[in-house]
Amino acid sequence: MDKLLFQIWRGDAGSGAVQDYYTNVSEGMVVLDAIHQIQAEQANDLAVRWNCKAGKCGSCSAEINGMPKLMCMTRLSDLPSGQAVLVKPMKAFPLIKDLVTDVSWNYKVKKQIKKFKPRAPDAKDGTWRMYQEDIDRVQEFRKCIECYLCQNVCHVLREHELYDKFIGPRFLIYAASLEMHPLDTEDRLGELKESHGIGFCNITKCCTKVCPESIAITDNGIIPLKERVVDRYFDPLRKFVRWILRKK
Amino acid sequence: MATYDIHNYDVLVIGAGGAGLRAAIEASAQGVSVALICKSLLGKAHTVMAEGGVAAALSNVDERDNWKVHFTDTLRGGQYLNNWRMAEIHAKEAPDRVRELEAWGALFDRTTDGKILQRNFGGHKYPRLAHVGDRTGLEMIRTLQDHSIHQGIDVHMECTVTCLFKNNGRISGALAYGRDRGNFKLFNAKSIILATGGIGRAFKVTSNSWEYTGDGQALAYDAGAELIDMEFVQFHPTGMVWPPSVKGILVTEGVRGEGGILLNKQNRRFMFDDIPELYRNQTADNPEEGWRYTQGDKNARRPPELLTRDHVARCIVREIKEGRGSPHNGVFLDISWISDKLNNAEDHIRKKLPSMYHQFKKLADIDITKEPMEVGPTTHYCMGGVRVNADTQMSNIPGLFAAGEAAAGLHGANRLGGNSLSDLLVFGKRAGEYAAKFAKENSQENINDEDVRAQISKTLAPFERTNGENPFQLQYDLQEMMQNLVGIVRTQEELLQAKEELSKLRSRYRNVSIIGNREYNAGWHTSLDLANLLIVSQAVNMAAIERKESRGAHYREDFPNKDPQSGTYNLVIYKDSNGEMQIRKEVIPEIRNDLKQIIEEMK
Ligand SMILES: Cc1cc2nc3c(=O)[nH]c(=O)nc-3n(C[C@H](O)[C@H](O)[C@H](O)COP(=O)(O)OP(=O)(O)OC[C@H]3O[C@@H](n4cnc5c(N)ncnc54)[C@H](O)[C@@H]3O)c2cc1C
Ligand code: SF4
Ligand code: SF4
Ligand code: FES
Repeated sequence: MDKLLFQIWRGDAGSGAVQDYYTNVSEGMVVLDAIHQIQAEQANDLAVRWNCKAGKCGSCSAEINGMPKLMCMTRLSDLPSGQAVLVKPMKAFPLIKDLVTDVSWNYKVKKQIKKFKPRAPDAKDGTWRMYQEDIDRVQEFRKCIECYLCQNVCHVLREHELYDKFIGPRFLIYAASLEMHPLDTEDRLGELKESHGIGFCNITKCCTKVCPESIAITDNGIIPLKERVVDRYFDPLRKFVRWILRKK
Repeated sequence: MATYDIHNYDVLVIGAGGAGLRAAIEASAQGVSVALICKSLLGKAHTVMAEGGVAAALSNVDERDNWKVHFTDTLRGGQYLNNWRMAEIHAKEAPDRVRELEAWGALFDRTTDGKILQRNFGGHKYPRLAHVGDRTGLEMIRTLQDHSIHQGIDVHMECTVTCLFKNNGRISGALAYGRDRGNFKLFNAKSIILATGGIGRAFKVTSNSWEYTGDGQALAYDAGAELIDMEFVQFHPTGMVWPPSVKGILVTEGVRGEGGILLNKQNRRFMFDDIPELYRNQTADNPEEGWRYTQGDKNARRPPELLTRDHVARCIVREIKEGRGSPHNGVFLDISWISDKLNNAEDHIRKKLPSMYHQFKKLADIDITKEPMEVGPTTHYCMGGVRVNADTQMSNIPGLFAAGEAAAGLHGANRLGGNSLSDLLVFGKRAGEYAAKFAKENSQENINDEDVRAQISKTLAPFERTNGENPFQLQYDLQEMMQNLVGIVRTQEELLQAKEELSKLRSRYRNVSIIGNREYNAGWHTSLDLANLLIVSQAVNMAAIERKESRGAHYREDFPNKDPQSGTYNLVIYKDSNGEMQIRKEVIPEIRNDLKQIIEEMK
């Protein structure tokens, strides 16, 4: 078996540094396996989050050789062969310890988005009728596993730290999944423009590039939402029409 | 001495998977104060991993389906050890619970006439599983989570409960620690719901995450509650086997539901070789009929790949043992063959089984639309758990409730796929409702400061020791032992050997030591989880020794047949007044006449 060097960030909010660990690697291994092995054999108190080990829960986000990824879906064979693997926590969130960050901000943001409000049921038995083609788009957004990798790379959050002005790509597609839900009757465009700060997104598409679920966050979610906001608030002709309608 | 914070609630829900979330939503709807605690972040519980679907007789795809058929399927699958009242409630209420999710925003795949689509699954007579591709659990947990955050429920995430308190025979609260800082929290509560999930981490090859250490079962047992059916551990027939690092990761039964077939290395569809008597009338006798069944032909019978999990798992073990397995000690599961039958097969597979496609492509370099997968059994689900009242979900301790995988009764000797997600919804709701009712009718029982302090010292004891056992090594040794001696095929000799080994592991456990401090310390967390794993492993082993027959998921090589007499009771595990684990047989109450008639009619 070959030994490989893993450079893992160790420390807490106060202080820390990258530490070297050598561990045996074998065919098919993913980064998370190596981290677990190191934890079991050399560093019992190493902090790392995981649950499913199959890219389904979004717990194991980290920066591997500087790239935001799920540790459980990153195979060692996909990294430069024989070279040290650098594993660091997500940068955009406050550190708790080692590879674990405080992502509670995301949970607070979600609460601020108006909840789902369905129209009255279509059938007497209280059920609705929807067709597959009408829900394909929203199902795409609902694939999100809340790994927050997109939040981690968005420069509005990562560099400009506008946490109180911008909800980030994860919650823009969450809002999109509600706005485009065939049954939903709520209106979130006002908040999207104001408190959710959709205008801060300048469509760099960094979020889409890192999404492990391959959700077309920008093209299918954010851009159509932006269009809706623009149509409502900035299109002069529509504004005029709405004004006329309101007068009637 | 460590300090602790105090929190007061009417209802405390431990566990935030489907069962816990549904319970919390219901309890808060009844107007009581509710806290929800979970070991991981919210939305990451096991429920998120469920793939295939949620079983409910909606009869959207086959109008012949109804609660009666679902009820009989569940009992047949459980080999009649089920709590029949639970099976009745479950079959009747599952459709409403699924529809309710739609009212909260869930988007299930659709039929052509715009209703919720349902798919075939093992042991279900008609297509019954509402699903979203192969990520149904994600849809379910997200819907419940997103609904719950607007209900005024207090969530304590990354917070682990280490013990329950009682006073005057009633439940009074729970002690927990925050994973991030290792700080202690005392929860005073009038009623408590355990929704902590399963015990799969007791075995080496498992589809279960680090969370599944049997906490709820062990907490309940320690507090004096009874456990039931612990001998029945479900080994799912299809887990990944290669590469080694992914061994155990689940391959959904949905693959077989969509037409996937099992082959040995001689390319033989070995499932046709052994069809149990109980299912002979319902099973196809040739591949053509089986294919037609998966494609919705109502006159066709199910292919043998869709027999119950216990049976399929054993057939696979037989093939491997007799030298007909695949290169990495599994068998082949092939869905790519359907390209013989469908023109757009590759797209179809990607659309119906996207996460399986992704999982194999990413982790095993296999394109499932073009080549077969290699699969083998993996520890998956615990039919046993806390013994509860069928209607209220209350245990034998007043004020202590359990729901979901942590509770037992519904599934008997073997769970049907899809019956867990529906179980969570139906009995999660009921637990929430009755726990709220209990909280309204009862006052808060007292908890002594001394008792809390004693528990805290116990929790911190591993820090006091140096150079003791490594908790990870100990957990590994336990898993290895359970896998080898208490696994899919069991014998008296090995079970007795396991008993010895367990007692050795328990003494080693008393010498576990921890490095580092209390902040997010994985070693410490693992050492505390180990105490629970040791209790549930002992319970599984004790019940497995006691049941001298083969039934459902419990297979004894030395007693390979069903024994009619053993089919009349459940095994109950409890702690005696000396703190020793005891077991007793409890006769299953006679089934109600109307239900008996239904079973007769469906034969
Ligand atoms: C890969 C996979 C696929 C599956 N597919 C299907 C399927 O298609 N259909 C189906 O019906 N079933 C399926 N199952 C089974 C089903 O998903 C589970 O049985 C079910 O989700 C369990 O739900 P639960 O609410 O009981 O517990 P979980 O969802 O496991 O939640 C348990 C909760 O308890 C918390 N907890 C545990 N211990 C403590 C403690 N000490 N203190 C505080 N909190 C604690 C955990 O943090 C977690 O929040 C599948 C299971 C797996 C593993
Ligand atoms: S596209 Fe918008 S949301 Fe996505 S990373 Fe760029 S700025 Fe952020
Ligand atoms: S949108 Fe993609 S990257 Fe963002 S949280 Fe969801 S799954 Fe992760
Ligand atoms: S552990 Fe679940 S996504 Fe990595």
